[in-house]
Amino acid sequence: MIRIASDIGGTFTDVVLDLGGVLHTAKVLTTPGAPEQGLLQGVDQVLRLADVAPGAVDQMIHGTTLATNALIERKGAHTVQIVTAGFRDVLEMAHENRFDQYDLSMDRAPPLVERALRWEAPERIAADGRVLREFDEVVAADLIGRLISERVESVAISFLHAYANPVHERRLADLIRAAAPEIFITLSSEVSAEIREYERFATACANAYVQPLMSRYLAALSAELTARGVACPLFLVTSGGDLTDLATAMAYPVRLVESGPAGGAVLAAQIARVHGLDEVLAFDMGGTTAKLCLIDQGKPQMTRSFEVGRMHENMKGSGFPVRIPAIDLVEIGSGGGSIARVDPLGRLLVGPRSAGAVPGPACYGRGGQSPTVTDADLLLGRIDPGTFSGGVGLDLAAARDAMGRDVATPLGLSETMGAFAVVEIVDENMASAARVHAIESGRALSRRTLIAFGGAAPLHAASLAAKLGVPHVLIPAHAGVGSAVGFLAAGLAFEQARSLFMDLENLDAARVNGVLADMAAAARTLLGGEGHDFAETRAAYMRYRGQGHEITVPAPSCELGADATQILRQAFDARYAQLFGATIPGLPVEVLTWTVRVERRDVASADRTPIRQDVIDVAPRSLEVFDAAAGAPIPYAALSRSALAPGDRHAGPCLLIEDQTTTVVPSGFDLEVLSDGALWLSRQVPGDDKLPS
Amino acid sequence: MTSLDPVIGRQIAWNRLIAVVEEQAQTLMRIAFSPTVREAGDLSAGVFDTEGRMLAQAVTGTPGHVNAMAAAVGHVLRRFPLSAMRPGEAFVTNDPWLGTGHLNDFTVVTPIFRAGTPLGLAASTSHMADVGGLGFGTDAQDVHEEGLFVPIMPLTRAGVFDETLLALIRANVRFPTEVEGDLRALAACNEVCAARVAALADELGMADLEDLAGFILEASERGMRAAIRELPEGRYSHSMTIDGMDAPLTLRATLVIVDSEIEIDFTGTSPKVGRGINVPMIYTEAMASFGVRAVVGGRIPNNAGSLKPVKVRAPEGCVLNAAYPAPVSARHVVGQMIPDVILGCLAQAAPERVPAEGASALWILAMSGGEAGERGDHRPFAVNCFHNGGTGARPGKDGLSATAFPSGVRSGSVEVTEAGAPLVFWRKAFRPGSGGEGRYRGGLGQTLEVGHLGGQAFIVSCLFDRVDHAANGRFGGGPGAVGSVSLGSGARLNAKGRQTVPAGETVVFETPGGGGLGDPTERDVELAARDVAAGLSAIPHA
Repeated sequence: MIRIASDIGGTFTDVVLDLGGVLHTAKVLTTPGAPEQGLLQGVDQVLRLADVAPGAVDQMIHGTTLATNALIERKGAHTVQIVTAGFRDVLEMAHENRFDQYDLSMDRAPPLVERALRWEAPERIAADGRVLREFDEVVAADLIGRLISERVESVAISFLHAYANPVHERRLADLIRAAAPEIFITLSSEVSAEIREYERFATACANAYVQPLMSRYLAALSAELTARGVACPLFLVTSGGDLTDLATAMAYPVRLVESGPAGGAVLAAQIARVHGLDEVLAFDMGGTTAKLCLIDQGKPQMTRSFEVGRMHENMKGSGFPVRIPAIDLVEIGSGGGSIARVDPLGRLLVGPRSAGAVPGPACYGRGGQSPTVTDADLLLGRIDPGTFSGGVGLDLAAARDAMGRDVATPLGLSETMGAFAVVEIVDENMASAARVHAIESGRALSRRTLIAFGGAAPLHAASLAAKLGVPHVLIPAHAGVGSAVGFLAAGLAFEQARSLFMDLENLDAARVNGVLADMAAAARTLLGGEGHDFAETRAAYMRYRGQGHEITVPAPSCELGADATQILRQAFDARYAQLFGATIPGLPVEVLTWTVRVERRDVASADRTPIRQDVIDVAPRSLEVFDAAAGAPIPYAALSRSALAPGDRHAGPCLLIEDQTTTVVPSGFDLEVLSDGALWLSRQVPGDDKLPS
Repeated sequence: MTSLDPVIGRQIAWNRLIAVVEEQAQTLMRIAFSPTVREAGDLSAGVFDTEGRMLAQAVTGTPGHVNAMAAAVGHVLRRFPLSAMRPGEAFVTNDPWLGTGHLNDFTVVTPIFRAGTPLGLAASTSHMADVGGLGFGTDAQDVHEEGLFVPIMPLTRAGVFDETLLALIRANVRFPTEVEGDLRALAACNEVCAARVAALADELGMADLEDLAGFILEASERGMRAAIRELPEGRYSHSMTIDGMDAPLTLRATLVIVDSEIEIDFTGTSPKVGRGINVPMIYTEAMASFGVRAVVGGRIPNNAGSLKPVKVRAPEGCVLNAAYPAPVSARHVVGQMIPDVILGCLAQAAPERVPAEGASALWILAMSGGEAGERGDHRPFAVNCFHNGGTGARPGKDGLSATAFPSGVRSGSVEVTEAGAPLVFWRKAFRPGSGGEGRYRGGLGQTLEVGHLGGQAFIVSCLFDRVDHAANGRFGGGPGAVGSVSLGSGARLNAKGRQTVPAGETVVFETPGGGGLGDPTERDVELAARDVAAGLSAIPHA
């Protein structure tokens, strides 16, 4: 099977061709005006490299930040929101709160659709789905006239309780479609059939806002691929790390946001499966942020709510919510480019501000004046200036000057100790984020294996593992590559949610069965319909009455029977106890939302780690590297990673140098090379020599 | 890591303590039952040294706990000295004058031990769903009518909860399971904090926290003093009149800046009243401190050092220093107005930094009705929905519309409220023209209209301010619109007290707008045009 995966990022477009496990890669500049052009260049390149004819490709997989960028940069369509009369300001009021208690000048993210474009339609549905106020067709006709005369491109129909009864949303959509078929239409009840009007409306508006752009782009891409003779199906990567087909992607383009980071987690999950690691913390550290993801039994933890377009240094609450299935990634402002400074109190702070690629860390010599994590790694000897990124020279003196001026001098430390303080603080920040995430998820960290990838992760993984008390670190082959390789590990799946508020005691199992069966059938149709092998997972979002947040409870994927209440109560109790330590007997439980996830098993990707050749080749030698345990620079053996063979063992301290990154194995850690070339670092604990399969 | 450089060790330890209290607060927020804890973040978590000095406090949704909890730990230590505490013990109180201002808030304090030696203390506070008595409101004549009063006493010994105390509490509250769960949550989050602090001491080879405490507190105090020193010295007074309960109340503050210290004195403030809107001193201090910190040194972490240079006084017997046994249950109604009074003083010292007055006190829509035993549309219900008016216009910016300040509350979802109670919200929209005029206009209030799903009569319990007295503008800016409560058919309702919304009627809440800032004639033409286009100016289109 020949597959091509591509990832359009902000700067580069990565394309990978998988020819029976051998990867051919191309990196081309992103072409923002017509992103498909850069992508097609990359496709041409990998086809040439692999000597494969376009017609021989079996599958195209594509992830893109276009939707995310359009939302963040506010470059979407001329969009109108039509909303239940009386509620046009829901989108702007959000949660009526300030995300920063101590900043009087803070502003919430402006709504994607401004007030003048939020129009009201008289209608009203109750929480139980009954119609309280009939849909006003006369007003609707007038609104449709305005949509046409004002040349509106896209409309988000968002009515209260439409998740319970979408009749009015559908009626308005039919009327618009009949009068103006060129207008893109998003229904809140279809894009996010979940209770909580602000989140659902925001999701519907985000979808409507990017839909024209994404539809045009995907159509153009598909046409160009066909014209080139690439006749295979095109799949898109979602924020849930799943693949979806072209039609679904065009209908729900909001589901494509943040697919890049999802690709990393999908890759880590595949590696976890290959190596039989049941409890994993994926750790992806790049230039500006670090991402953490819990992976249990080979599956990344999922969430249904995340935030797009955070302003204010990635502060929680400063963006807007979208309610779609997404991989539960914690993203923090800790990357190689994160800037270190000492605040007026004498506190050393690292990030979230980043020097980015331009001007970049001081040592890049591109005008960056501020000391960054990369400068610190360089000063500590962890990055060998001679071999960094394929031999681009690094300016050690500039790093030392910046570190001295902004960190070491204010703290009264040497440059080296200042650099050590910087990496300690950045590692602390990541460890703290991991601990809080584990608490929120009700999971333990201590037995996990850290799977570290991304340009900066292998430099910091061992230290992070030590701080978290994690015994093992796995650094996959080609640890520095982008998300495109991860996309190859994604499977075809579709997940839907639907709110159906019920007391568990009075659960209407027949109604639930009907709704879930409809959802499952719809998902199967989207995934190619009959004749395929499907796997289905269901979950209920439940809480004790009076609580504000639901927990995800696994539900049986068969029909619920008379014992549904009992089965769900047991599942709820088990999950609640896992999360919070104990249950509260006797307190009533309610179900708010159900999800159905359907996966196509017959296209599940092979669980194998593709192999790629490394290019760096340096002679083994000794470098002076600052060692945390020693508290001083000590000699580290510096080896070329490509010179290692499966089964090789080394005791720390040593450095493994490769093209995109360097793995630091500090004293106190042992290294073993696994059969697929992955590095296995173990903290030296007597009697523990567990190796993964 | 025993060879760690002490400078770096202290950096790591301070960073970690701040992370630990955030983790402690997250733990509490996740497992709490009281809706105000989860939704509004009405909780607090912190770590203290052996002398009871607060070293770090989580940044949570409520400024009302800033330094209130800090003082509470000192009170616990005076009653139960650390030297007599044992591992596995935890102490509890809801004393409004020693804790955080009303009986609903329970504080739990847990000593942190390592190898049998005390390292410090973990403390946390949260708002309970119920404390018995007349409940959350203003009807009580004294604090004893407001509910169960738990003096400082042991909650656990050797890790085992005091069943006698729990039984007593359970028997005296309306939601015993939830309250017990919340008490256990407080103890559990303190345990998380204690374990993390002990591990930190192990990792960094610290015998105690004293060296670290010295570093944190000195740096923070120095930072706060430097921030205060940027302000011009002087004596600044401001007075604000609010609706009060039965008669208007004057809140008056004199703020004196001398070198690096701020002294606030509430002399001239109205006397305490016979209803539960009185404010205990500890809550006044918290809100006054927050008012200062919103303008000066807001980025400096809360701890004993940063709180030290601000001193707050209020004459005993005034509404902002109501001594035991005054009723204080709804102390937030008056207490949340305190930052506006402080801002009024600071506007004279630092006019370029200070916003106009806002709606400030939360509008809590307390609605109930139905008949016991009924189902469907006639089922019994009781809801508290948190909503807001507009904030004052800010230097260089309009005020925030329908946004909480000083509270950090998040308002809930209309759909979730309607799923739980037979109510129908017919409107939730900005109030055009309600922001005070100015070069920068005040934030807008909002209009909410609510009826009963089955057309039944229902009860609305009102406790709203800024209905008679508007949020004032500043530097030539106009006042925000006052709030109101009325029936859909037009009749006015009282802004305070329990009233019935007749069958078939709706109730309309109009929350107040924020005050404007600066001369309205200097308003940017584009900003004005944008309001007109959005239909937000005084004379709405269509």
